[in-house]
Amino acid sequence: MIVADRKSLEEIQEMIKPHRKLLIVGCKGCVTVCNVGGSKEVEILASALTIARKKENNEIEIDTTTIERQCDNEYVSQLKETVGNYDAVLSMACGVGPQFLSEYYREQKFYPAVNTTFFGGAVSHGIWEERCAGCGTCIIHDFDGICPIARCAKSLLHGPCGGSSNGLCEISKETICIWDAIVAKKIEQGRLEDLLKVRPAKDWRTARDGGPRRSIREELTR
Amino acid sequence: MRLNYPSEVKVIQVPCTGRVDIIHLLNAVEKGADGVYVAGCLEGECHYLTGNIKTRKKVEYVKKILGEIGIEPERVEMYNLSSAQGARFAEIAREMTAKIRELGPSPVRMNDPVSEKKAA
Ligand code: SF4
Ligand code: SF4
Repeated sequence: MIVADRKSLEEIQEMIKPHRKLLIVGCKGCVTVCNVGGSKEVEILASALTIARKKENNEIEIDTTTIERQCDNEYVSQLKETVGNYDAVLSMACGVGPQFLSEYYREQKFYPAVNTTFFGGAVSHGIWEERCAGCGTCIIHDFDGICPIARCAKSLLHGPCGGSSNGLCEISKETICIWDAIVAKKIEQGRLEDLLKVRPAKDWRTARDGGPRRSIREELTR
Repeated sequence: MRLNYPSEVKVIQVPCTGRVDIIHLLNAVEKGADGVYVAGCLEGECHYLTGNIKTRKKVEYVKKILGEIGIEPERVEMYNLSSAQGARFAEIAREMTAKIRELGPSPVRMNDPVSEKKAA
């Protein structure tokens, strides 16, 4: 899923400062699963902002709603009756949400309430980790299901580098060296010689480096 | 056992403190409560195993939110006691009331004539 973190309340308060009537829109997709922008978090943010403005004696009226997905115009369009009734709209979806909303409702002002961080999953309750960098050419089968693109700080294809020490990456004591993990798994599986293979340079044009990407599925287009 | 505790304290019963959510605590502050506290069972004695422990984390989160928006985090607290500790219940009620009295009325209520009346 796409993982995000809520922006600080300070930043959000600053964004919405000029507005007196606000709609907060949540998304039932990824941000609900990573507990950042689902209906629960929408209500919490609405309450926190209401309290803050009451305290400043500068009241704000906040309504809330959570749609199925903000990255799908079919659901975005469901806001058409209400979206115009507000000074501005705060989206709690990943960065795709407020963009789809802005494209659909050109007259309205949309703000992102979250910082979109990575593609990953929950490794335990309340802890999410990055697993994929969307490079466009998946090669994890060569590394026994471990992605060196997203999980090695240098995206090395032949690792580890000299910064690997005691299983940790040189960038921080909290980051494991994923190449150490790849080597350990190869040894465990008796396939260490796989890593002797010299790989050609990766073609990064399928990744973000090739510019904004688009996916067309002819059988689905109308 | 008849014990007195401050009449300002309004008790809301829940089946387990685990039922208390972040939004419930925030809503109380939003509607003008000067303080809110959760009285849970002793740690390790939750009938649902971890309801009280989970709620302590929620209380901590609410405190963090309040701190971020400039409201004294001490207005929200969590206490643990067993259902057999009636005297402790009254003592906590007095303790919390005294603390809130020291902090004064909630800044939320001060600017809101409607909740000012309701919460008074
Ligand atoms: S190799 Fe590329 S597509 Fe596969 S998991 Fe890693 S970043 Fe994602
Ligand atoms: S220490 Fe390991 S994870 Fe860190 S950059 Fe080097 S090879 Fe990559």
